[in-house]
Amino acid sequence: MDVNKNSYTFGFAAIMVIIVAALLSSAAIGLKPFQDRNIELEKKQNILSSVGIVTDRDGAEELYLTYIKQELVLNNKGEEVEGSTFDIDLAKEVKKEADAQVLPLFISEVDGKTMYIIPLRGKGLWGPIWGFISLEDDLNTVFGAVFDHKAETPGLGAEINRPMFQDPFAGKSIFNGEEFKSIKVIKGGAGEDNMHGVDGISGGTITSDGVTDMLLERLTMYLPYFNKIKPTIEVDSIFSAMDSVVTVNDSIIN
Amino acid sequence: MSKDSLFSKKNMKLLSDPLDDNNPITVQVLGICSALAITVQLKPAVVMALSVLVVLSVANVVVSLMRHMIPSRIRIIVFLVVIAALVILVDQVLKAFVYDVSKELSVFVGLIITNCIICGRLEAFAMANPPGKAFLDGLGNSFGYGIILIVVAFFRELLGSGTLYGYPVLEKLGLYDLGYENNGMMILPPMALVTVGVLIWWQRSRNEKLIENK
Repeated sequence: MDVNKNSYTFGFAAIMVIIVAALLSSAAIGLKPFQDRNIELEKKQNILSSVGIVTDRDGAEELYLTYIKQELVLNNKGEEVEGSTFDIDLAKEVKKEADAQVLPLFISEVDGKTMYIIPLRGKGLWGPIWGFISLEDDLNTVFGAVFDHKAETPGLGAEINRPMFQDPFAGKSIFNGEEFKSIKVIKGGAGEDNMHGVDGISGGTITSDGVTDMLLERLTMYLPYFNKIKPTIEVDSIFSAMDSVVTVNDSIIN
Repeated sequence: MSKDSLFSKKNMKLLSDPLDDNNPITVQVLGICSALAITVQLKPAVVMALSVLVVLSVANVVVSLMRHMIPSRIRIIVFLVVIAALVILVDQVLKAFVYDVSKELSVFVGLIITNCIICGRLEAFAMANPPGKAFLDGLGNSFGYGIILIVVAFFRELLGSGTLYGYPVLEKLGLYDLGYENNGMMILPPMALVTVGVLIWWQRSRNEKLIENK
């Protein structure tokens, strides 16, 4: 047969494309449940690691149930709304108008300490970056942060998922007094005493800036909620402080 | 057609030639793009070398099996479809069963499809040779590619970040206490080109077959 005839060429191309398409789509459909499971477990693993609990993927499910006490869905006015927190797709939410977005918030309790975990999503150099940042119950001090990325340059921007980059976030503050500062990733390095900045990555400036923008944009969305619950937290801590004062007094009297 | 065994001396040359005399990177200067992009650290370089090994050997065999059926006017398109299908298939399987590896690899999926070595071998070898030989050629060339990748990544990671496969070698040796500092230049792309250049220089000074006539 003449393989160079036009009709043969068209026929060959058509058949080849159909075979390849069938092969790939059946592979994609067949493997999807396994892939979704991996993604779900990884998300749980990341949420846990932002509050300092390190686990492998298989253990994530159980520990997640132990430590994550509350899952909230908020709007940008700080009100709680209906919805499944875990299933919120931030990639879709960040594209909407601020008013239309729903904001997921996870509240965890580790060793008696309440921590607020905020999911993040933003843009790196080559693709999306995302992560989780956890705040202590003063809603100011960062307890931990994890980041990940789809396609940042290995060795440069991709280093945002390393402890070297993530660890310095712990202990930083997102507020300076009453003023919201967020946390900035600073090219050339943040000073030791900079409470609102961490060191950037050499050669990964655009990814680093992406992290800065992501933190600012996402945390800003939660400010109304923070303002709303902050008074109750302070009252709570005053009460517990008073309790201890009372106990001290009691013991003196006794 | 000669009926020599798959492991005859002539066929073994298909495996060994690309390692030195006819190395895809340093002699044919193919696949340079990926050699520059992913040699900042050893780990991605190793993963990339392995993925190219799988894709190139299988693509070579597939194309070689179809070599009498492929219309020559659309052969490049056929190659691309075969390569792309293989890469996506491998990626999907990895994502489902070895998720960690797939995360490491996902960045390079696109790069594998555009790797000139693969198209080059399909066009130059698989279209004219039976599947067994094509398989050996695929193996040989991906070894040749992988060796260069790993050597370049070894120097770039060691001198640029002071680690090897993520392990802080220089820190353990105590070099930093003596005032040593990492060379930040090594992690930037230009130094990959310089490193490959030095490799080519060294190879040509050693291997007389590569010295061109004046």
